[in-house]
This record gives sequence, structure tokens and C-alpha cells, in this order.
Amino acid sequence: MTRPQSEAEYLARLTPASVAATSRRSLLRGAMGAGAAVGGAALLSACGGSASTSTSTSTSAAGGASAGAATSDTGAGGGASGGEVSFGSNASDPLPKKVVQALADAFKATSGTSLKINTQDHGTFQENINNYLQGKPDDVFTWFAGYRMRFFAAKGLIADVSDVWGKLQGYSDGFKAASTGDDGKQYFVPSSYYPWAVFYRPSVWKEKGYAVPKTMDELKALCQKMQKDGLNPIAFADKDGWPAMGTFDVLNMRVNGYKFHIDLMAHKVPWDDPKVKKVFSTWAELLPYHQADPLGRTWQEAAQSLQNKKSGMYLLGLFVTQQMTANLDDVDFFTFPEIDSTIGSDALDAPIDGFMMSAKPKDEARAKALMAWLGTKEAGDVLAKTDPTTLVANSGSSTAAYTALQKKSAELVGSAKNIAQFLDRDTRPDFASTVMIPGIKTFLQNPKDIDGLCKSIEGQAKTIFTA
Amino acid sequence: MSIGGDLPLVAPATVAPSKGVSHSGVPKGGRVRRLTGADRLVVIVMVTIPLILTMIFVVLPALASVILSFSSWDGIGGFDKIKWIGFTNYENVFTNYPPFWPAMQHNLLWLAMMFFVATPLGMFLAVLLDKEMRGGRLYQTPIYLPVVLSLALVGFIWQLQYSRDFGLLNAILQYFHLQSPDAPVDWFGDPSISLWAVMVAAAWRHAGYIMLLYLAGLKGVDPSLREACAVDGASGVQTFFRVVFPVLRPINIIVVVITVIESLRAFDLVWIVNKGGNGLELISALVTLNVVGEASRIGFGSALATIMLVISVVFIAIYLATIFREEEQ
Repeated sequence: MTRPQSEAEYLARLTPASVAATSRRSLLRGAMGAGAAVGGAALLSACGGSASTSTSTSTSAAGGASAGAATSDTGAGGGASGGEVSFGSNASDPLPKKVVQALADAFKATSGTSLKINTQDHGTFQENINNYLQGKPDDVFTWFAGYRMRFFAAKGLIADVSDVWGKLQGYSDGFKAASTGDDGKQYFVPSSYYPWAVFYRPSVWKEKGYAVPKTMDELKALCQKMQKDGLNPIAFADKDGWPAMGTFDVLNMRVNGYKFHIDLMAHKVPWDDPKVKKVFSTWAELLPYHQADPLGRTWQEAAQSLQNKKSGMYLLGLFVTQQMTANLDDVDFFTFPEIDSTIGSDALDAPIDGFMMSAKPKDEARAKALMAWLGTKEAGDVLAKTDPTTLVANSGSSTAAYTALQKKSAELVGSAKNIAQFLDRDTRPDFASTVMIPGIKTFLQNPKDIDGLCKSIEGQAKTIFTA
Repeated sequence: MSIGGDLPLVAPATVAPSKGVSHSGVPKGGRVRRLTGADRLVVIVMVTIPLILTMIFVVLPALASVILSFSSWDGIGGFDKIKWIGFTNYENVFTNYPPFWPAMQHNLLWLAMMFFVATPLGMFLAVLLDKEMRGGRLYQTPIYLPVVLSLALVGFIWQLQYSRDFGLLNAILQYFHLQSPDAPVDWFGDPSISLWAVMVAAAWRHAGYIMLLYLAGLKGVDPSLREACAVDGASGVQTFFRVVFPVLRPINIIVVVITVIESLRAFDLVWIVNKGGNGLELISALVTLNVVGEASRIGFGSALATIMLVISVVFIAIYLATIFREEEQ
């Protein structure tokens, strides 16, 4: 054993040979290199990619608002001759998803162009719409009529499709007006709609001898009779904040008329106007007949109470039938009764769903062809065949497959002179979600302080509408 | 033959300052160099990359939020579309926004609940488990399990318990005739009790978390201290409060900091229940409501976020002052 000749040699002999081969430094160097390779690859793949991947990763960042998971489907590829159009869809529930797929298949059959469908969770799609439209939106995507559409048209984020409208047939003036932006051009192709009405179970009503009320007094008398019979007169739920807006809308349209309602939505009249206070006080008179404690109940639970014969009626959209599939033939509705005989009862909420085209689509010609086809009665036929819970906007479409309920709904909306889109689609979304939802919840807890409530809503509305 | 023996270990002539080796320990130009070129490069890279990432993802967005809080912007369009409105957003937050003051109250209540109930409960459980009674291992797992579950899942679980018409809690209360079926308690709908209901769910989770931290700290306490207490005839309670608790000062500070952070950050549970409304307003939920989503009141939401930042900075400053004062001692 030779004596070590230097301090370095001495120290080197202290560590066994096997360990000396891997030094701490070399291990760290290797780990950093591996980490950079993996991280770099991940970063690069996140930078590229289509709008669908970027929006679906942002859904998880959006605070997990909905319990549903965001999925990203791709439709059938291929069809090199017909090309491909990307399609953004918020139809995440099974039945609407089926409808979108059926539409894609039918379009491919007629034109040879295939659709690349990017499905997102329903609520998340709406929440991300600002980022979506400013990023890389799909060529054509689902959306709603009303202020929500006009707002994006005014910002130049969606394409003018007036030339497509020139060829469309089967849409009433009401639908054309709902598809028109503030500048008079059309930006939207309607697809389906559903009315808001008061739903009930005819078997229960026949058994107890109730009749459909035509005026407010008749409604109140009916509610009192139901209470005596041990039923809860009007089912009610407002945990999510938006269902109660339907009650506000219809009461405003009955008490003050359609024009006042639309002006109020656009903030052309203030929220502390005595007419608005009258709406709230009318609602306060009816509140004792509504189901108690609405703020902890979801609309699905309230619909269940209608199904279980615990409640007499429920003011909601046609989608309430999704919760009553066991008794679909025992569901009927009537439009909310008139309050003022000079105003009548022909105005109602009937939100319209449809499609829009992004301002800069990848393939404008094919995207416009898709928009034109989506407005035809053939597309309406596909929708009517696949989905029994909604109504087709195109009057040329075959309604042979409609259930009795759908036929009645179509008649109701067809004969209505004035159609509103629902509060959160008719007014600014920031006003609807940050002011109206808490405001209505405050009202439901404390229906006596109407003056304070209206003053507070108007104070906030001023800051939002003038911003 | 003896190695070493009467000769020095290293041949004296070869002792010389060597450059390529660490810990050379030889002063060069009067300054002691601990690390060589390669090492220094590694250290610089390892510090700057996280620093850059923190700057990009934490500091710059925070600054941007503060700047945007003086604007009115809906998130669409370029920077030239931003309207600068000074302190209007802050005025509106303090005077014209009904959910704000309830949210501050609720955050304070949340802090008080965590501080005075959940954390002491966690510490108590840790002390009990530290005694290593029979079945201790069995108790550890269910107490810690809520921590492992995501808060979104916790919110969903508790919704099933608390539902007014279909929930387990009301069903049990009605079974034992503590509640009439005509007047079930609306745990999430009644604003005076919804916050307490959610805080029970949050405390359920927080106690497990604190328990684990404290248990780790307790295991590190020198057993000879406890023996000395036993010899002196101290009871369990006296041992804990007079000897063990002061010794665990670093752990106590960590526990306090975590409690404060968790209560300022409280968000997931109330968001899952009803997006932070109706008695469940919290500052973080208000920020998300205004900024994320279609509402897009970016300027207003940024003002709320800046207020939240200021409140957090106050607590952080207190914490840092305590730490630095200790270091000086």
C-alpha cells in the first residue's frame, strides 16, 4: 500500500470506489438535464396545438366550476376532397352530444366536408368564451341569441353572415330579429329554442279538480286551494342563481309590458323605477305560495318535487322534462297568467340556441357552407328526430316526431308576439352574474326591503353600464 | 508494517493549493473560495430558473393585477382598449358592492374558526396519538383521509350530507325526532348557518392536516425531557403545556402560518357549494366570480384581488418580523 502523495489522493481513498464513480454533482447534472428535456417537451407541446387543447386545459384552471369534466372529442376525420371545418360545441350532456354528432354525419353526407367537433363542458364553455374568442376559436361554434351575441358582434369577434341569411328560409321575423346585431347585420343562425312556462301534472290536477288559471286572482285562489289540500303550490329553487330570473322576467313582462322589460335589460330605464319595485312587490305577494327555502335547492330537486306530486306547479323551461322522463305523457303547461288586462299574457321567455362563425375562420367558404346548411330545414329535421326536449327554430322542418308537449310549445312560441331571451342573455353578462344573482338571492331572503334592494342594484348597474 | 507511524500522513512537499478540487480551503488573494467555477454555475442556474419562473407566474401577474385594478376593462381587445379610472373600482368595492363586507366578515370568521377550533383540535389529536395507545394506527388513517381528498370532492360529499330535502343529516335528525319533517333545516340555503356548515367541512379537513404536522413535531421531542418531567412528578397536562409546547416553538410557528394561509385562501368549498353566494361570500370567491368567466369585470376583480393581497401582506410582514427578530436573538 503506497503512501498517498497528495492531500487529494488521501481524501480520494476515503470514499469506496463504487461511490466515487457517482458524485453528487454528476447526479444533479443528470437530473437537471432530464428535467429540462421533459419540461421543455411539455412546454413546447403546450405552445402549439389547436384551440381545443388550449381551451380544455384552461377549463381545469377555471376553478372547477362545474362538476362535469371537460372532454375533447374529435369527429370523424378523413374526407380529403370535402375538407374539414372545426366545430366548437358546448353540448356536453349525452343527448345534445348525440344531436351534434348526428348533424355532423348529415352534413358530411350532403357536402363531403367533415366536422372536427371539439366538445367542452356546457358551463365551462360559456365561462371561457372571452378567452376562446380571442385565442384560436373553432370556425363555427354553438352560442345563444340576445345581448350575449350582439356584444361579441360589436367587438368584431364573430363574422357577419348576412349573405347566408339571404338564402335561408323558414325563419319568422322574430328569429331574424334575434339574430341581428346592433348594426343591422345578421351574425347568428338559430337552431333550437324552448319556452319558459308553468308546468304541472294533469293527473294530479284532474284528481283534485284544479283548473288552469287565466288571471292573477285565479292563480292566487288556486294556490290557496292547493295549500289546503296539502300540496306545495309552486315549486321553487334558486341555488344556482339563474332559475329565479325566469320568474322575474315573466312578472316584469306581465306587470309592465315587453318593451319596458327590454329597456330595463338594456338599462335604458333605471332599476329603482317605481315600475320595477312593483314587480318585486307582486313577487313578494306570491312568495308565500312558493316552496320554502329555495336557496339551498337545485332546479333538479324542485322538478323532482313536481314529479313526486309534492308540488302543484313549476315555472321553468321545457328542459324540466329531462327530470320527468318517467311520466313524460303526464306533463302539461300553461303560460303564466295575465296580471294587467291591458297587457295580456302573450310575451314569454324563449331562449334561442344556435351557431355563430368566428371572425377569421381557417376555411371561410366551407364554414359559410356549414352555416348555410345548419339553417336549412334538413338540419332542423335531424335535430327534431334526435332530441325530444327542445324545439326546432326552422318552421319548414318536419315536426312529425314531436311529442304532444313539443307541439303545444311550438304553438305557444309561434303565436307569441313578443319573445325575450331570458335575463342573463338579454343583459350584460357581468351585470347578470355579479349583480342580479346576488340581488335576487337577497330579495328571496328578505322580500320586505324592496326599496333598499332596488337602490343597491341601480347603484351597481350605473357603474357597470357606463364603464 | 504500520501505516502512518511516525511519518506525517501526507508528504509535506506536495501540499499545494489545487484549483480543480472543492474544499481546497486555501485562501487565494485573501478571500476564501468555497465553490469552484463549475459549482458556482450550477448554483446560479438552480437559483435563477425558479426565480425567473416565480417572477413570470407569480410576481408579474400580481403586479399586473394591481395595475389593472385602476382600470375598467372587459378582457377583450388590446391594451389600448383599457380605460383608466383611478380609484373608482376601490370606491365601488367599499360602498357599492353588497357582497364585499359580508365576505370580509366571513374570512375573519373562517380565520377565527380555524385558529381557535380546528387547529387546537388537530394539536389535541396529535398529542393523543403521540401517546401511542392501542389502536393509534387505526385512528390515524381516517383522521388524515380528508386531507388527501381534493376540496372539490369534499364539497360534493358534504353537499350530499347537508341537502335540505335529500340529505343524510336531516334524515338522521328526523329519525330521532330532533327535527320535524315539515321544517327541515336548510343547511346551505339559510345564510345564517350556511357558513358554519361549510366551516365544519373545512375544519374536518384542516384538523387532519394540523394533526400530521404536529405529530411529526412531537416525535422529534427529546424523550429525556419527558422523563425528567415524569421524575419531577408532573401530570400529562403540565408536561405538555410547560415543557413540550415551548420546545415545539418552530412547529407552532409553522402551524400558525399554515392556519392563516389556509383561511385566507379558502375558496374551493364555497365555490363548489354555490359559487360563493348567499352567506358563503369569501374574498377569493368574489375575485373569481368577477374575473373568471363571462362576467369579465377585470378591473373590479383586480381591485378585490389587490385588497386580498394587502391583507395577506400584513400577515406575512408580522410573520417575517417574528422570524427575523428570533434570528437576531
